[in-house]
Amino acid sequence: MKKGFLVLQNGTVFEGKAFGADKEVVGEIVFTTAMAGYLETLTDPSYYGQIVLQTFPLIGNYGVIEQDFESDRVWPRGYIVKYPCFAPSNFRSEYDLDTLLKKHGVTGLADIDTRALAKIIRQEGAMNGKIMFKKPTAKDRKEIAEYKVLDAVANVSKKDISRIEQPLEQKQEIAQDLLDAMRVKSADGTAAEVAKTEVKTDKDLRIALLDTGSKRAIEMEMIKRGAEVKRFAYNASADEILAYNPTGILLSNGPGDPAEKANAPIIETIKKLVKSNITIFGICLGHQFLAMANGLKSRKLKFGHRSANQPVKDLKSGKVYITSQNHGYEVISKGKSWLVNVNDGTCEGLDFGNSFSVQFHPEACGGPLDTTFLFDKFVDRIKASQKTKSTNGGVR
Amino acid sequence: MPKDKSLKKVMLIGSGPIVIGQAAEFDYAGTQACRVLKDNGIEIILVNSNPATIMTDKNIADKIYIEPLTLTTVKRIIKKEKPDGILSGLGGQTGLTLSMQLAKSGFLSENNVRLLGSLPDTIDKAEDRQLFKDTMIEIGQPVIPSRSVNDVEAALEAARVIGYPVVVRPAFTLGGAGGGFANSEAELKIIAGNGLAASPITQVLIEKSIAGWKEIEFEVMRDRVGNKISVCSLENFDPVGVHTGDSIVVAPCLTLADKELQMLRTASLEIVDALGVEGGCNVQLALNPHSFEYAVIEVNPRVSRSSALASKATGYPIAKVATLVAIGYTLDEILNQVTGNTYASFEPALDYVVVKLPKWPFDKFVYADNKLGTQMKATGEVMAMADNFEEALLKAVRGAELGLADLNHPKIEKWADSAVRDALYAVPTDDRLFIVYEALKRGITLEEIHSATKIDRWFLNALVRILNAEKDGASKAKRKLVYKMVDTCAAEFASDTAYFYSIQNGTENEVLPFIKASKKKKVVVLGSGPIRIGQGIEFDYASVHCVWTLRKLGYDAVVINNNPETLSTDFDTADRLYFEPLHIDDVMSVIEVEKPVGVMVAFGGGTAIKLAKQLSERGVKIIGTSADSIDICEDRDRFDKLLEELNIQRPPGTGVWNLDEALVAANQLGYPVLMRPSYVLGGQNMIIAFSDDDIKEYMEIILSQKLAGPVLIDKYLRGREIEVDAICDGEDVLIPGIMEQVEATGVHSGDSISVYPTINVGEILQKELLELTRKIAKALDVRGLINIQYLLHKGDIFVIEVNPRASRTVPYISKVTGIDMVDLAVKTSLGQTFKKMGIKTGIAPVPDFVTVKVPKFSFEKLAGVDTLLGPEMKSTGEVLGIGRNLREALYKGLVAAGYKMKKEGGVLITVSAADKEKIVPVARKFARAGFKLYATAGTAKFLRANGLETQQVDKIIDNPTSNTETLIESGEIAYVVSTSEKGRDPSRDDVKVRRRAVSQGVSYVTSIDTANALIESILSGYTEETFELVELNTIS
Repeated sequence: MKKGFLVLQNGTVFEGKAFGADKEVVGEIVFTTAMAGYLETLTDPSYYGQIVLQTFPLIGNYGVIEQDFESDRVWPRGYIVKYPCFAPSNFRSEYDLDTLLKKHGVTGLADIDTRALAKIIRQEGAMNGKIMFKKPTAKDRKEIAEYKVLDAVANVSKKDISRIEQPLEQKQEIAQDLLDAMRVKSADGTAAEVAKTEVKTDKDLRIALLDTGSKRAIEMEMIKRGAEVKRFAYNASADEILAYNPTGILLSNGPGDPAEKANAPIIETIKKLVKSNITIFGICLGHQFLAMANGLKSRKLKFGHRSANQPVKDLKSGKVYITSQNHGYEVISKGKSWLVNVNDGTCEGLDFGNSFSVQFHPEACGGPLDTTFLFDKFVDRIKASQKTKSTNGGVR
Repeated sequence: MPKDKSLKKVMLIGSGPIVIGQAAEFDYAGTQACRVLKDNGIEIILVNSNPATIMTDKNIADKIYIEPLTLTTVKRIIKKEKPDGILSGLGGQTGLTLSMQLAKSGFLSENNVRLLGSLPDTIDKAEDRQLFKDTMIEIGQPVIPSRSVNDVEAALEAARVIGYPVVVRPAFTLGGAGGGFANSEAELKIIAGNGLAASPITQVLIEKSIAGWKEIEFEVMRDRVGNKISVCSLENFDPVGVHTGDSIVVAPCLTLADKELQMLRTASLEIVDALGVEGGCNVQLALNPHSFEYAVIEVNPRVSRSSALASKATGYPIAKVATLVAIGYTLDEILNQVTGNTYASFEPALDYVVVKLPKWPFDKFVYADNKLGTQMKATGEVMAMADNFEEALLKAVRGAELGLADLNHPKIEKWADSAVRDALYAVPTDDRLFIVYEALKRGITLEEIHSATKIDRWFLNALVRILNAEKDGASKAKRKLVYKMVDTCAAEFASDTAYFYSIQNGTENEVLPFIKASKKKKVVVLGSGPIRIGQGIEFDYASVHCVWTLRKLGYDAVVINNNPETLSTDFDTADRLYFEPLHIDDVMSVIEVEKPVGVMVAFGGGTAIKLAKQLSERGVKIIGTSADSIDICEDRDRFDKLLEELNIQRPPGTGVWNLDEALVAANQLGYPVLMRPSYVLGGQNMIIAFSDDDIKEYMEIILSQKLAGPVLIDKYLRGREIEVDAICDGEDVLIPGIMEQVEATGVHSGDSISVYPTINVGEILQKELLELTRKIAKALDVRGLINIQYLLHKGDIFVIEVNPRASRTVPYISKVTGIDMVDLAVKTSLGQTFKKMGIKTGIAPVPDFVTVKVPKFSFEKLAGVDTLLGPEMKSTGEVLGIGRNLREALYKGLVAAGYKMKKEGGVLITVSAADKEKIVPVARKFARAGFKLYATAGTAKFLRANGLETQQVDKIIDNPTSNTETLIESGEIAYVVSTSEKGRDPSRDDVKVRRRAVSQGVSYVTSIDTANALIESILSGYTEETFELVELNTIS
């Protein structure tokens, strides 16, 4: 591996070894403390524009498994891992991490004191940096200082969704495969029968997914529950979405600052969707958008929450769940939170009745599956509202 | 919701003596629990028969009962103390089983005592194999096909249905004792039979073997409202088939994709939910390496060895949190003490890798079966942390005190290629790791090794990297170490916990600000490493007490240790903890960064003392007794010279380096002779030789290990053994206790029943012992502790051994005398004097009680090991009996050690020629007590000649159908008394008899003196209902 440097906005330089793509990159450095799930991390569109640091030193152990991708490409601009593994071992492994990064033009940096770097980010906050192959010049430092993640949503959301959208049957097949793989016939032959789930179509569940950089697992969770899901690009109008006649609307995760100017039209669209009284479920960026559509504001966190171990408390039930998170901004909830982060008290969920949202990732991938029940909650609310509507005789 | 206000007094049952499968981790857990209770204003009633524990210290618990852990005794204590609740999940399997028996019999509710933690229903569902399986099937969790059976015939039938190979798992046993693999009916007959005998409810599970699958564990925590988290995932280097206690284990899982990991994590959480666990729980799962197929192996609904490991691996204090949950807190109410600003309801994130390596006793038990299977055989373990697997593994190997600095094993390096290859395909042994490494060196392909061993290719690739680095000579060009912090959160939150491990590849040294921030003088305390036979929990007790005193005196106490089961490696015991191998290089690296005023080597057993010389040579100050004095005690010539100068006798002897010298020396001295290598602890490789053949056999074994000094040969003198623990300030000597051993010399002091205060040591003799001790201590310029073993032989006093350090008896003598020996030792080693402290010296006054330390063995876990006691220590733990007189103390001690104390039945006597005379009065006592005497021909003849009615029994070799073994199996025998000059070889008749007694659970003794003590205490008439309960605070 050739020599590589990481140059930070604050002037610090780390010397390590470069891998992956052979190009220098600048980006916002963020760290994730998740110990596994690197494939899901790399393919999560929310990491657009960023250089991701893994605090766990051994990454790449189980190789690359495309089945586990959350989108069709790798999103971070750079990837920092102390000891990337190029001799992976797993029954599903197809190729190694280095190959993946090269394939997607992502630069990797290895062999630096990753903990020291994570501490700098923790203490000084998220900052920009550049992975380079030589010592930085004044020009490089200027580039680093000026770098900004802009138009993030537009860059990750598909504008030609209708062309690449898979037919429902195909999506159901994938979902069924996922379900089956995870619960094959046990040696005893008894447990598997209990656990066997069939993916079927549920006519009540017609879901419009406003894709602002959605992870595949969000859609899959709904398909598993029998939904038909249609994806809409970030700039779809409320009328376009409503014309699909959805019974529920999902607001996906996505990258960047929710308060970025470019996002204003999306929030306007969501305001209209809220007025339609259709059940809405917002996740991560979708949660922030929903909050803003309801008049709340957001602010940047010092270094964000990126991990698979964030405790979230349901203030109504008192229960705590471990969640997977990836966000750099929080909603200022003014005491309206339904869910809060146990560690720092930040807003983790809002409930407006017909619409509700969570800051974390109930679809996990990677990370704990403790909160997948929220998709059931979404389904229940849709069903309840369908019932009310049919008894009222009002169908949109 | 905050804690339950109605709890004012809580009882905690400890785990008793250290045995294989239940080691120091429960002292660590129990002590943590006590602290939590104390912080919550709850009065603690502690019951534990093990006196070497910290939990039985007066500053830890309020009322302390060092009493037998039997149902009857615990009931009596409950009646007396009337606690409001009883904690069930922190005293290992022993504490849990007792608590369940108390709860299920209705005793707890009758006495208004609440069971704190998981309910009996939960425990049953987790521990009863069939109930567990039913519960798993109910919630859709896959299990391995199996059947519970209660006899051998049903076992065979079950295996016919399930198909071979099968695993036999006995119900309700520790560390899977009595289980194993069976490939055929013939094998199953034997293994099922043993398993049924080992199970207290005569039940075994016959289960389909899934050998070769990955073994994964999750340590989970659940509170009463159903919040649940996974503290840590653990992956076994060895696939399913080797008990997890005997496996190399890594944390977190390293070869699982997130999909597999989350599937198993979710399964673990669903399981604890279904069981309704409240507190810590360990879930073991098997994962097919070729699919998502998995099976739940078992759960332990309590704090366990794995949870101690997970606590140290992550910084998450499982025992503390489990206790808080038991007294009513929910996880989100419990502060994470490591970060100080997050809560227990989160999952630790690691930014390093943890490797656990077991420590086995096979170096001592050369005839023991060292094959690894479903029955745990390790006595202890080491843990190592680094930023990659290779470094952590090498640290673990260095720290395991195998005499190895890396993965090159001198013994295996000598093997032929074919032997290395064959070993890969054979049942794994304790050498598996080194065999695999040697195989790579010999060019056997990774694929072949993988297919033979089923060890994941990822781990094998890591070994290849170690090999390549070695070839490159990279290991020689060592980089300067930096220290990183264990903070539970991978740097996400600020933390000021001074818990560190080293890495080679780092730029920031996180310990420096901690060192700079303290103006105090620093003292490094070396811990005692892994628990092994001869070096048990006593040395952790001493190390922790040393730290406490240093901190009290205003020093920064810095601990280096690598045993995850201990309190000394708790993150808040010392001012700074370095979780590092106790190897000279690793220790020096810490010393370079800490720059301490000195190092304490006297409290960490042989592990620490062995480093004294090397440290001293490198210019490091040894606090207390000098490295040179330590060397005098170990160097035969120097020691002899010293005794000569002091005009003190010792049994004649000499040091030899090879077989020829040994034979000459032995013949000059005259047989029998005592042989041992220098620098030993627990009599490692120490034997009594009766002939040239013995010398040849033993020299070969001893010389197969690297010798740090000559082999010592002494004339063996049979006499009475007296042990003295003393503290010296350079001028005056304080003897807190003189102990007398029940067994004659020849039985290692660690395996002897030891009595304090002495019964047969008169005032004159005591004065002589004090004088001798003073003379020796002063001559060695001892500052701190000194332990001397004396031999009384025909009216003369001989010195057998001098150890200028903390001994095994320090905790128990400290407890019963009320003299904090370690505290005084630390103070004197730092220069304080008794005069200045105003402490009276000489022999301390004795209490009104008699205390008896009884050893506890783990022979049922170690097939092939002779139970005959000798100069080499074999016990794994000890218990204490405290009584008004010797007989009562003996009775209590024997009950606590597991002797069944039957008052009727048969006694089988088979003794060596030398013991025939001595057995007569003992046999007479048994006969008088109404026992029926059985004996082998020679012994029977002798007993009859002395007027004792004796039934003669044939030896096994003489009569295959009716012999000593079948007699033991018949259940007619209450006690076996078996002695012989020579044991060890498992094919010998007398060894077989003793092994049969072990497997049948028949109480046995292997020395006439022990037999006498046994019958004396039976004759005393004490029962579990009548002996006096002694609360420790009332005696000292």
